[in-house]
Amino acid sequence: MNFFKRFAQNRGALVGLVILGLVVVLALLAPLLYPDSPWRMVQRPFLAPGEVSGFWLGTDVMGRDVAAGLAHGAWVSLLIGLISTVVALAIGVPLGALAGYFGGKIDDALMRFTEFFQTIPNFALAIVLVAIMEPSTFSIVLAIAIVSWPPVARLVRGEFLSIKHREYVEAARLVGQTHRDIIIKQILPNTLSPVIVLASLMVATAILLESSLSFLGLGDPDTMSWGYMIGAARTVMRQAWWLSVIPGVAILLTVLALNLVGEGLDDALNPQLARAR
Amino acid sequence: MAYVSLILGRVGKAVIVLLAILVFNFFLIHAAPGDPAAVMAGEAGATDQQFLDDLRERFGLDQPLPVQLWRYMSGVLQLDFGYSYRQQMPVLDLILDRLPATLLLTGAAFCISLLFGIIAGTLAAMRAKRPSGSIIMGLALLFYATPLYWVAMMAVLVFSVTLDWLPAYGYSTVGAGYTGLAHAGDVAVHLILPALTLGLFFMAVYTRMTRTSMLSVSQQDFVKTARAKGLAPGVIQRRHILRNALLPIITLAGLQAGQMVGGAVLTETVFAWPGIGRLMYEALMQRDYNLLLGIFFFCALLVILFNMLTDVIYRLADPRIKQGAT
Repeated sequence: MNFFKRFAQNRGALVGLVILGLVVVLALLAPLLYPDSPWRMVQRPFLAPGEVSGFWLGTDVMGRDVAAGLAHGAWVSLLIGLISTVVALAIGVPLGALAGYFGGKIDDALMRFTEFFQTIPNFALAIVLVAIMEPSTFSIVLAIAIVSWPPVARLVRGEFLSIKHREYVEAARLVGQTHRDIIIKQILPNTLSPVIVLASLMVATAILLESSLSFLGLGDPDTMSWGYMIGAARTVMRQAWWLSVIPGVAILLTVLALNLVGEGLDDALNPQLARAR
Repeated sequence: MAYVSLILGRVGKAVIVLLAILVFNFFLIHAAPGDPAAVMAGEAGATDQQFLDDLRERFGLDQPLPVQLWRYMSGVLQLDFGYSYRQQMPVLDLILDRLPATLLLTGAAFCISLLFGIIAGTLAAMRAKRPSGSIIMGLALLFYATPLYWVAMMAVLVFSVTLDWLPAYGYSTVGAGYTGLAHAGDVAVHLILPALTLGLFFMAVYTRMTRTSMLSVSQQDFVKTARAKGLAPGVIQRRHILRNALLPIITLAGLQAGQMVGGAVLTETVFAWPGIGRLMYEALMQRDYNLLLGIFFFCALLVILFNMLTDVIYRLADPRIKQGAT
């Protein structure tokens, strides 16, 4: 059975893929559908969804178009989720690979370092980092990456430990390949599938983290994000519940979709570990 | 004796981590835009040069970096976490004042999530092939994907604003002047929504973990033996499978407890719960870096304490782990 068939056997994963596809399309079309800045005040504040035509999700406390914010927020969420995951992989994969491949003192030192970062409470560290660096897309991405790389390092290290004594690696060593070539060309490609599954779940976690940071007022002040929209609607929850419900549902659906896709990828890439269902 | 040396080893490790966090904190303060004196002056609302120079001298900011680091570390070891100019109080006093509320909230959320998570996960494992099992797992996935603060807000919307069953914010009824049992009851009523919403995400984590763990244990040989002996399925589930499946969950719970302290920042912000999470939000709003880093240090301290606690529980739960074996 090939990859796509196995993926498609997981119905939840297909649903997730469809939802994720819609969010991606919304994010890509945002500049076309709502060319104006989502921060511009365009109507009376507190319009309920559908009250005035053209504003099908209503307006917020400042009279900004909620639909425009939602579309531009989708772009921000996906972008920050993706980039921070890539940065976290760029930190975690080399550290895990070196620790697993060389073992001994290098392994000890690197794993102590990893443990240290795992001990510090994730979210508190992210808050402190963004607050000190001043909120910006750069600092948010960096903070999320710094708190999310340790599981990658541990996973990659484990894979390296189990693969490094396989015959084909010994053979590569025997013909005199350098450590660098063995790590990059022989072992690393074989650790890819669990890393891909983990990465898809990390994007979901990163989106949650970003939204939590912007909810607390630590978002990039220049970009509209879902977390910011909910944070801004918190004080007017009694008058305008939809202002907090709509972006919340958007986050929920996106994160849910990524988790479902991650499970599907897991089924498709690691069929021998097919979970009991 | 082996037990004592084990505990000492753990404590030693914890101390090293805490010292590392202090060094980290020190460099973070120095990475903040403007030097600490400028930050402090800004916090105190002063701008003139003389005041800045005075501050620099008073806090030794004109000294070389290693000297400053030494001063900072020895200060903390004497429980001096600096002064919050915004709140006009020592950082330590502010934190100790708010700590009990956070311990109550995270403790309650921890118990709720662990208890219901294990129950739900056990049910889901026993009904793995039936719709009811899938429904539990679907719900767990849903809560796993929901932002913590948003669940909290929705709970307020439904249970406080619409149904008016539970208070929407605060620690106790302001001005009610309850004492004794009445006060405890009042706090408990205020605790329900924050503890439930904080626990929900972690409940989802434990549910998924318990189910996976039980299903993998149920395929082991000793379970087959128990079945072959003709033991009742309920007994096998409880005595054989669940007991063994719980071990990895205890380990995970220790790690998650730390994340719970972070999550409390969001929950306390939504519910105006007077703990260190809410204090952290206030420190953020006011750019009060001394206070922020002090709270950060205490969060890490709590995590380490939680981890040591689960370590002890783990050893009690599994006598096979001999002292000093790890």
